[in-house]
Amino acid sequence: MYVAVKGGEAAIANAHRLLADRRRGDRSVPALRIDQIVEQLALGIDRVMAEGSLYDRELAALAVMQSRGDLIEAIFLVRAYRTTLPRFGYTRPIDTAAMQVERRVSATYKDLPGGQLLGPTFDYTHRLLDPQLAGDPDVVEPEQRETDGQRMARVSEILAREGLIEADGELPEDHLTGDITREPLEFPQARDSRLQALSRGDEGFLLALGYSTQRGYGRSHPFVGEVRIGEVEVELDVPELPFPVTLGRIRVTECQMVNQFKGSAKAPPQFTRGYGLVFGQSERKAMAMSLCDRALRAGELGEDITAPAQDEEFVISHSDNVQATGFVEHLKLPHYVDFQAELDLVRRMRGEHEKRNQINENDQREAAE
Amino acid sequence: MKMDRRQERETEAQRKVAMAALAMAPGDELKRLCAAAGVSNDAELLRGPETGLVSVRGRIGGGGAPFNFGEATVTRATVRLPSGEIGHSYALGRDKEKAKLSAITDALWQNPERRAEIEDKIIAPLRAAQAEADATSRAETAATKVDFFTMVRGED
Repeated sequence: MYVAVKGGEAAIANAHRLLADRRRGDRSVPALRIDQIVEQLALGIDRVMAEGSLYDRELAALAVMQSRGDLIEAIFLVRAYRTTLPRFGYTRPIDTAAMQVERRVSATYKDLPGGQLLGPTFDYTHRLLDPQLAGDPDVVEPEQRETDGQRMARVSEILAREGLIEADGELPEDHLTGDITREPLEFPQARDSRLQALSRGDEGFLLALGYSTQRGYGRSHPFVGEVRIGEVEVELDVPELPFPVTLGRIRVTECQMVNQFKGSAKAPPQFTRGYGLVFGQSERKAMAMSLCDRALRAGELGEDITAPAQDEEFVISHSDNVQATGFVEHLKLPHYVDFQAELDLVRRMRGEHEKRNQINENDQREAAE
Repeated sequence: MKMDRRQERETEAQRKVAMAALAMAPGDELKRLCAAAGVSNDAELLRGPETGLVSVRGRIGGGGAPFNFGEATVTRATVRLPSGEIGHSYALGRDKEKAKLSAITDALWQNPERRAEIEDKIIAPLRAAQAEADATSRAETAATKVDFFTMVRGED
């Protein structure tokens, strides 16, 4: 027999109305505008775009506003919105070597062509709270300096010239580029699908896993060959035009992690690599992604799989925070019938347990007499 | 014949550049320039303006095999002018008015008699503004370039 229980309609409606009120907060405080969120909470927006897997600043800002700043809720909203739109196609691969660079640092080469460009970084700040910001002080314009117009080759190209590093990461000629938004998740994954999952994976989860490899759980001796942030052009092939049409530019962060050398009977010792590519200015995420990418190549590189970060199924199955929050948070939804059954079971077991104790006690008493 | 094909390719390259300038233009700026150039909104919409997604690809290691790393919103439109030219537009984002205006501008651009005027009044200012913004951004980044120097310690 199945008995449906209904109720809570009015409670739900009123809860949502209350949520709308609390989201807006004190009406005497001016409401946030989308452009304010886009401009002044830019890195939060970047995270929502990266993990929501949708590049659209205004939409991400709207999601942050609607979710009261709960970024995982915002990411959820963006993911849900995505499903309402048709797909026009796959872009041509972006060329990060042609990036309009806003930041670029290397931990491996001091004097690389193009130099070390710090850009708008939190690095080297003292992490002291600045109470003056609350008073909206005037902010001076940035300093400018003449550019030398040097092409900024990727660091991997420099090492590649000497043959000391493995190639960029080719897949077999007949390999069709995977798309985890269109195909069910299957293990083992090809590296392209894995990178797609990592690129939209939860920053905190990937950060912790990357950290775990540094602490010895799947050690890979990483160096940041290069981190670069900036804008790249996006092009799409469309049937109605005889050339790939430029859609505009997006800001991305790329991390080239260079890891301990590895050789085999066939290949001479050389550096191996992990790769990170993320929407927006998301340096921590791109670095964590590249650490995880390298750790997950353990099998391919003939290393023992001993640590969580090297376990593909574990990492990829748990990296998506929309899935994770859905399953964890569903626990608070009504489980009345499930729980009733469990309650019955525990009561029955308790009864049997007490009966057994009674019998034991009687047996002991009889034995003593 | 050979000459024609070369010329055709050149025109295609120019059109690609013009369409890129339209795609990257801020919507308000494009509307202002179109109004100033007297671009009429009068065109038959053959498709859209409609918003959809593209899956954005990168390459493993920067130059290796392609992989999808996220999606982006794109809005496109196709129009036909009363004079018969068909224009297209594609741009990141969800600005439908910009998509329509861009498609109209692309259609006008294809009319050899209007091309110079469209280039002068719309494409050139857009490209100049973009180039200036890029130059400023590059100069600001350049000011954060690290100049290393060596400190000599001790007598010898």
